[in-house]
Amino acid sequence: MERRWILYVVIWLVVAGLVVPAVPAPTRNQVVVTFKDDVSTLDPAIGYDWQNWSIIKSIFDGLMDYAPGTTKLVPHLAESYQVSADGRTYTFRLRRGVKFHNRREVRAQDFKYSLERVLNPKTQSPGAGFFMGIVGAEEFVKGQAKEVRGIQVVDPYTLRISLKQPNAAFLHTMAINFSHVVPREEVERAGADFGHKPVGTGAFRLKEWVLGQRVVLERNPDYFLKGLPRTDEIVFLVGVEPNVALLRLQRGEVDILGDGIPPARFVQIMNDPRWRRLVEVGDQLHTGYVTIQVQMQPFTDVRVRRALNMAIDKQRIVRIINNRAVPAVQILPPLMAGYDATYSGYPYDPRAAKRLLAEAGYANGFATTLYANNTDPNPRIAQAIQQDLAAIGVRAELKTLAQSTVIETAGRGQAPLVWSGGMAWIADYPDPNNFYWPILSCTSATPGGWNWARYCNRELERQATQADALVQPGQERLRAERYRQIFRRIMQDAPWIPIFHERRYTMHSDRVGGKKGIFTDPVHIPVHYDEVQVIR
Amino acid sequence: MTRYLAGRLLQSVFVLVGVTLLTFLLLYVLPADPAQMIAGRSATPETVQRIRSELGLDQPLPVQYVRYVSRLLHGDLGRSYAQKVEVAELLASRLGPTAILMLSGIGFELLMGLPAGVAAALRQGSRLDRLVMVLAFAGASAPQFAVGLLLLYTLAFRAGLFPLGGYGSWAHVVLPAFTLGIAGAGWYARVIRSSMIDVLGQEYVRTARAKGLPTRRVVHKHMLRNALIPVVSMVGLDIGTFMGGVVVVESVFGWPGIGQLAWQAIQIVDIPVILGVVTTSALAILLGNLLADICYPLLDPRIRYS
Repeated sequence: MERRWILYVVIWLVVAGLVVPAVPAPTRNQVVVTFKDDVSTLDPAIGYDWQNWSIIKSIFDGLMDYAPGTTKLVPHLAESYQVSADGRTYTFRLRRGVKFHNRREVRAQDFKYSLERVLNPKTQSPGAGFFMGIVGAEEFVKGQAKEVRGIQVVDPYTLRISLKQPNAAFLHTMAINFSHVVPREEVERAGADFGHKPVGTGAFRLKEWVLGQRVVLERNPDYFLKGLPRTDEIVFLVGVEPNVALLRLQRGEVDILGDGIPPARFVQIMNDPRWRRLVEVGDQLHTGYVTIQVQMQPFTDVRVRRALNMAIDKQRIVRIINNRAVPAVQILPPLMAGYDATYSGYPYDPRAAKRLLAEAGYANGFATTLYANNTDPNPRIAQAIQQDLAAIGVRAELKTLAQSTVIETAGRGQAPLVWSGGMAWIADYPDPNNFYWPILSCTSATPGGWNWARYCNRELERQATQADALVQPGQERLRAERYRQIFRRIMQDAPWIPIFHERRYTMHSDRVGGKKGIFTDPVHIPVHYDEVQVIR
Repeated sequence: MTRYLAGRLLQSVFVLVGVTLLTFLLLYVLPADPAQMIAGRSATPETVQRIRSELGLDQPLPVQYVRYVSRLLHGDLGRSYAQKVEVAELLASRLGPTAILMLSGIGFELLMGLPAGVAAALRQGSRLDRLVMVLAFAGASAPQFAVGLLLLYTLAFRAGLFPLGGYGSWAHVVLPAFTLGIAGAGWYARVIRSSMIDVLGQEYVRTARAKGLPTRRVVHKHMLRNALIPVVSMVGLDIGTFMGGVVVVESVFGWPGIGQLAWQAIQIVDIPVILGVVTTSALAILLGNLLADICYPLLDPRIRYS
């Protein structure tokens, strides 16, 4: 018997002996970022989630970009550009000597190829819609033309793009990932695997990708902006549960929490001065809102919609999410041009709301349905909204469902009220028209569209088109003013209840630092990796 | 035996077809539109429609299913919607880690469960017995998510004995395998205890004792052999239970296996990946059960298949 027990103990000791406390700490000039989910794809034509968005921006470049930490548009691979007098033609002069990671120089032809690749239905790019305003794009997509007429290679360093009508947001679309330049020969060599073998011009190039474990980027020594990137290597560890990621950061194994601070630990971290100083806070281009289906009874009556706007205690909702947001009084977030600092919105006033409802003939309220995403904290927020509505006599049945189900139902126009949390609009580019065309315009009030309120105001549609024609340098302020008026008018019509603007909280180790705002960059979401620097 | 095996294999094929069909139907009734998920929020309805037809999602369901099965028979599991990688490649990269985790999990189960069960049975009714049974009950009912986080916090974060999740060395295996094994260990302890008690009353045990054999020889030579038979089938079934367990454990510990892949795919309705994972898991479960069946007659000559 004893011998057996000895054997048993030995087995356990062997198991224990194999356990060598192996703690991988980041090496010098290497930054470690954690994510819960695997990186999906790094193909700029395909990638469209907040996780790969910024990684793609570090591997690829577009004609335009934004000054780090801001929403200020600046020429990037373009050295300069000119807009024609009618606002329809843009001529870009390219920087010379920019090289792809395979050391071939970038030419105008590459931009034409890259844009046509996005428009090609075979590519299945979610971004094709951004470029449909280019002359000839439609014919190309339908297969009636072999190329897009409106994208012309004037000479190897000059690219000319013609639009069907002026679009002030066009330069922004030249900065989003979908228009980033890719080398044709590498795309053709990798075929469908290009998303996992990305070759671009960016500050970093792919060094290693182990599925389900890590993606490692290394410095591109030929990067055209001198001094960038500011670190030799970035390691993205994937499959790290956010609570575990936080523990690892606290133990010094990890530099940046890609998924943010886990909600359950947020208050604790923010109240502990040791950790609080590692958290950076910034605004983002986000609005959380409730959509009101304006074509459904009783929401066809604007008084009912305004009453709903006055019924919600937004301060309380902000408290529910540990003050990680500021209450919203309007549709546009504060960082956006056209934001109206003088506008105070609908006050929180349940009594006045009840009076308005009575005026509209609903003194005893009515029953309706509120849809919401079922991931925390959205059910709790939806419950708060439900309670506030009940206080003015509106009995909302709560349907908390999977994100895709809510999107599907709301997209068909069948959801009377939708709390947008977990599906809300974060701008693709920092221009106010990105808060109008995809979510509040007549053109988006179609089945499968994102205009869940089914709001359609032809007059505003005309005004927005006019505002988008103000493309000449120097007209920015006038255009912002136009959009300010448009969104003021929408608030009068009240198809939405704006609830809050979320703020971004990024936690990073004290090993890394950089320019102001790069850890809460509004465009390079969540972090501007090119600018992250190991400081000790 | 051969005929029995052939029959079982045929059965397995039917089960596999059933599993794929059922999963296919379930994914189909799901109101989420994968084309919409791929297209993202800024896509125009035309873009969504184009993606739908590129993927063949606009075809009637039977056509889609037949296409899927015929591709499957050619060894083509399709491409992930989200990751744009061959599903086979995704699965291949993750099978190894899951196998390591499962085997270590089973190892922990046996290392903890068997001795505890035997000890409890031999001292039936004692304090030790009651302690073992309470611990077994606690182990079997503790949620793996909580156990995992607790172990990570105490042993890895506080004590610094283990890495905080991840994959790579033997040290990385211990905590997830332990978490995975702890529930099973509880079951094993209970099963082995009761089957040992059964055996204790058998006449051959009494005979062995009567002829003066030392207790340890009685236990090892006569009792354990017989008491272990139910354990063999449990190990086979474990593969099935573990397929569920790895989803949680792999997510907590950041273990790059099948479970984590399944979890990520389900959240974004990545149908080819979900189908691939389900088919692979079904295959693993069938193989596990088959293996257990084959082992029976080897351990116990009284069992015969005809």
